[in-house]
Amino acid sequence: MADTINQFLGLDVGSWFGYVVTSLIHCALLLQVVAVGALVFIWMERKIAGRIQDRLGPTRVGGRFGWLQTLADGLKLITKEDLIPADADRMLFKLAPYVAFMASFSAFLALPFADGWVGQHVNTAVFFVLAVLGLEVFGVILAGYSSGSKWSLFGAIREAAQVVSYEVPLGLCVVVPVFLCGTMNLVTIANKQAGLFTNWLVFHDPFTFCTFWVYFTCATASVNRAPFDLAEAESELVAGFHTEYSGLRWSFFFMAEYGSMFLVSGLATLLFFGGWHGPIPLFGPQMLDWAYAPGGADWALSGYLANLAGCTNFILKAVVGVIFMIWIRWTFPRLRIDQVITTCLKYCVPIAAVCFLGALVWEAMDIPSPNNLNLMSGQPSSTVREHWVLPQKPPATDEKTTPPAESGKPVAMKQSLRPANATLANHRPGQPEPLTQGGDQ
Amino acid sequence: MIFPLLSTITVSHYLAVGAVMFVTGVLCMATKRNALGILMGIELVLNGANINFIAFGSPYLRSESLGLDGQLIALFVIVLAAAEAAVALAIALNFYNNHSTIDVDRADELKG
Amino acid sequence: MMLLAAFPLYDFLFMLFAIMACGFAVGVLFSTNIVRMAFYLVISLGSTAGLFFLAGAEFVGAMQLMIYVGGTMVLLIFGVMLTAQERFISLQASGRDWILGLIAGSALLLLLLNAAFSVPKWTADRPTDTLAVDQSKTATPLGLALAGVRADKLGADEKLQPGMSGYLLPFVIVSIHLLIVLIGAAYMARTKRKQVVTNPEPTGGSAD
Repeated sequence: MADTINQFLGLDVGSWFGYVVTSLIHCALLLQVVAVGALVFIWMERKIAGRIQDRLGPTRVGGRFGWLQTLADGLKLITKEDLIPADADRMLFKLAPYVAFMASFSAFLALPFADGWVGQHVNTAVFFVLAVLGLEVFGVILAGYSSGSKWSLFGAIREAAQVVSYEVPLGLCVVVPVFLCGTMNLVTIANKQAGLFTNWLVFHDPFTFCTFWVYFTCATASVNRAPFDLAEAESELVAGFHTEYSGLRWSFFFMAEYGSMFLVSGLATLLFFGGWHGPIPLFGPQMLDWAYAPGGADWALSGYLANLAGCTNFILKAVVGVIFMIWIRWTFPRLRIDQVITTCLKYCVPIAAVCFLGALVWEAMDIPSPNNLNLMSGQPSSTVREHWVLPQKPPATDEKTTPPAESGKPVAMKQSLRPANATLANHRPGQPEPLTQGGDQ
Repeated sequence: MIFPLLSTITVSHYLAVGAVMFVTGVLCMATKRNALGILMGIELVLNGANINFIAFGSPYLRSESLGLDGQLIALFVIVLAAAEAAVALAIALNFYNNHSTIDVDRADELKG
Repeated sequence: MMLLAAFPLYDFLFMLFAIMACGFAVGVLFSTNIVRMAFYLVISLGSTAGLFFLAGAEFVGAMQLMIYVGGTMVLLIFGVMLTAQERFISLQASGRDWILGLIAGSALLLLLLNAAFSVPKWTADRPTDTLAVDQSKTATPLGLALAGVRADKLGADEKLQPGMSGYLLPFVIVSIHLLIVLIGAAYMARTKRKQVVTNPEPTGGSAD
């Protein structure tokens, strides 16, 4: 996209202007996702909570279903008085909501919505998302400390302990799809699950299936949703770390929370449920052969439409994950802090470790899995390895040769078990991965 | 002195940033009375050193860069810094629990 | 517009991150409030991660964010919260310490800056102007190097040369080191229960 803008304005390719405009457009789009997403999720939560509790939920604002209730709430929040407690550290108090929101939003930069539709192609995307999600705890601690009240500080310290503890099993669970696919690139991981839904990593082996449930539990704890939401426990700590926040500052925290919920659900979709690939490949190469002929005249538009359908698919799956979190919130009672930490250290970590070992052994011993059937995926069935495996020669030479020095050394991976595949992590088989900076769209 | 700012960014600029962080860390260690402030100085020093390693290992800045070695050493430094921060914090908390103060000027029981 | 087109984006981003990192580091130095010092340090370390990303070390940058900022700094802030009573939030060193420190610090800074800019090989221009992103895909080579296989030196001679070794031994040593440190730190920082003393002891030691 950057190059298109540059060409449109008559500047050289590689000039900075196209990149800046592209990044601004990407940021604006992602900001819409987070903000509008929060709007929709809050409405959904109230409706679902109502139905679970045998009542209707909001029904007045915006017609029969109360679509615009959240908008009305937002307007009300904006017009509230901006209170800062006298004991508060003013600068940190004002800064804390933005830090929390920034951490939640920055992780969206590396989250792909469709094939190639990602804010920035980060090769270590999984790691980056996890790292940035862990920064949200700073907003919470700052909010709790700078409010100048004991309840806020307690809530903040509890939540920080919880989030930091749950990063460990979360990381363990996330590593399972990473080593099953051989890359941390989220686009690659999702593309490896193309085809029929048996290709999805959640059905790869029973350990991966179990890993998904542990991941979901840890993700729910990581974003402080019930039953792990004692940091905002309305019945205990008034409102925890955001007790003293009112109006727009409070709504930033909630945008951060719902944004994080969508983010971890999206991550679960990408890692376990095939991302934007549907259960049946309606837009795959088998069904829509003509859409995948690169260089064809009408390829761009049909490829774009296929990606649009994929993006819709991805958003739907992530929203299902969010609905599941909402459902859990209104069904289970809240856990105490010692129960939360017990769940993490005594249950989630051992189960995650066992699943990790199990999936590793399953994969290393080549035990058959539904992935091996490779139904309708249009890709060769082999492990994806990165570009570096091959010697760094110019592309003129044959790319399929393994480096000569490798045959004598004990290679620490099972490269020898599977055919070395030169066509790696890409969505259009047979083409090298795009090397331009900034991500093309 | 203004010339480095006008030229393109080279390894020297990264080294300059590393130097500033290093010296700031050393000054922090020298002038803070709070034990945790001294710990922050240590973190700054280690980060300055890391910037140096990464700059020398960057393929963008020099064609004969250290390559992976620079990044690996920086990785080990990060891990060891985290470990050392944990121990230093445990010591500081112990000191606080025993003396009810975090002021390092009060840590003079062995004096004289 | 043509002049703007020659704007060096890399240099601008470097300056942005560098000024943030150094500026907030100096903020740590001159701030008096311990909580604000911790916060400034967090931003400074985050900007350093940005510098790492700019230099092509993607994995190390992400690790800096996750471990340093997300782990070590959270630990530090916990420590600050636990010890942040009113009288300890703003502890000031005496003026004499500051003067001595500034003299020594500025001397060291001048020496280091002089050294940084005086080696001609280090001030030579960057090799390329179009930066290929695939050179920053370092996660897998790093992982393999930690397992003992130097993937980037596979094309070199079979003879053992400097810079060819894997990093398996340091990796294992660091893992054991981390284990020991975690056990030690957890033991040292544990809650000590005060023992109920029935007979009054002359030394009055109650904590252990």
